[in-house]
Amino acid sequence: MTATLTQSTGTEHSRVMGVGAMRPERVVTNEEVCTWIDSSDTWIRERSGIVTRRFARPEETVVDMAEPACRDALAMAGIAASQVDAVIVSTVTWYLQTPSAAAVLAERIGATPAAAFDLSAACAGFCHGVGLASDMVRSGSARHVLVVGVEKLSDFTDLRDRGTAFLFGDGAGAVVVGPSNHPGIGPTMWGSDGAQADVITQTTSWTSMRSEDGRTISGDWPALGMAGQTVFRWAVWQMAPVAQKAMDAAGIRAEDLAAFVPHQANVRIIDAMVKQLGLPDDIPVARDIEHMGNTSAASVPLAMERMLREGTAPHGGLALLIGFGAGLVYAAQVIELP
Amino acid sequence: MATEQEILSGLAEIVNEETGLPADAVEMDKSFTDDLDIDSLSMMTIVVNAEEKFGIRIPDEDVKNLTTVRDAVSYIAQAQG
Repeated sequence: MTATLTQSTGTEHSRVMGVGAMRPERVVTNEEVCTWIDSSDTWIRERSGIVTRRFARPEETVVDMAEPACRDALAMAGIAASQVDAVIVSTVTWYLQTPSAAAVLAERIGATPAAAFDLSAACAGFCHGVGLASDMVRSGSARHVLVVGVEKLSDFTDLRDRGTAFLFGDGAGAVVVGPSNHPGIGPTMWGSDGAQADVITQTTSWTSMRSEDGRTISGDWPALGMAGQTVFRWAVWQMAPVAQKAMDAAGIRAEDLAAFVPHQANVRIIDAMVKQLGLPDDIPVARDIEHMGNTSAASVPLAMERMLREGTAPHGGLALLIGFGAGLVYAAQVIELP
Repeated sequence: MATEQEILSGLAEIVNEETGLPADAVEMDKSFTDDLDIDSLSMMTIVVNAEEKFGIRIPDEDVKNLTTVRDAVSYIAQAQG
């Protein structure tokens, strides 16, 4: 006779219990950017909406930035680090192939022996993490999950590239996802289109920089390259319907939303997406990009944290989140704000 | 199928909606960038709206060849033909 195995069972519902953010100290103005590229404050603002961005210190890593964001998220959630069962870090700027940033971070915050792994979904990584964490809580593989979006894009930007040098910044955002007595995270609408892999990509692969004897590397430091116009078209006209699907799947209408928190890629994308979605004018829209630039995986939790802190979005209100980026990949869901 | 004049006036409406420029400023020999001060992202919005209005498809790689209003009008006329 074959033994019957046991499968885990979780809670019926999940929610985001707390959010935390870390903004590096150094503020980089458009004037400073214009010392690297031939541009102007006006040009940068008109093309992107960015006024400042933050750069981490040279020695500061994504784990260093993630740590205070996690502590704040845990404090808001009222959860001790020892109660965390899993740590998911979304980043493309942890410069070790292995071990993961998540394993190092879990130890740093005192969450050992929590499961810990990194997630590679670029600017959509945080929303992938929230969807995954929600499913983990509901299936019983974890009770509390830390989801972190963190990037140090200043190390991954070609400061001579007029098309991207002004765009990117550094920062970290984290949330705790845990059990709930009511539905707090709607279904995640996600997907990919690898046919457009070259639209946003690392300019050079590490192995192509390897010397013939395999012992050293040489050549130009890799950076993030992007076909801006193509990304703009995809983001506005393909992603607005994905955001709509996330609302439909959650059974939420636009007028039920207390906030729209899209990935902070470019204010022009945000404005055009709001128009495509036909969101009512009185729904607050995250525009943290003005202060932080595009921080990839960190942008959604950073923007969420600012809206809650500044009171532009209410605790307990419904927020539509969407991340989209290199892959191309995307993920969206409606959540109840912590 | 629309005449070149109909395409021009349709395109002018789209440019007006995106940029606020008066429709009669959108003349055949005007350059989108140099004369009408339309940047690459606004140009993409105009392209997508033109696709919808004229029932055509303008791939991203062709957008960079649309320097003047005449280029766009000819492209649309050809794509419709």
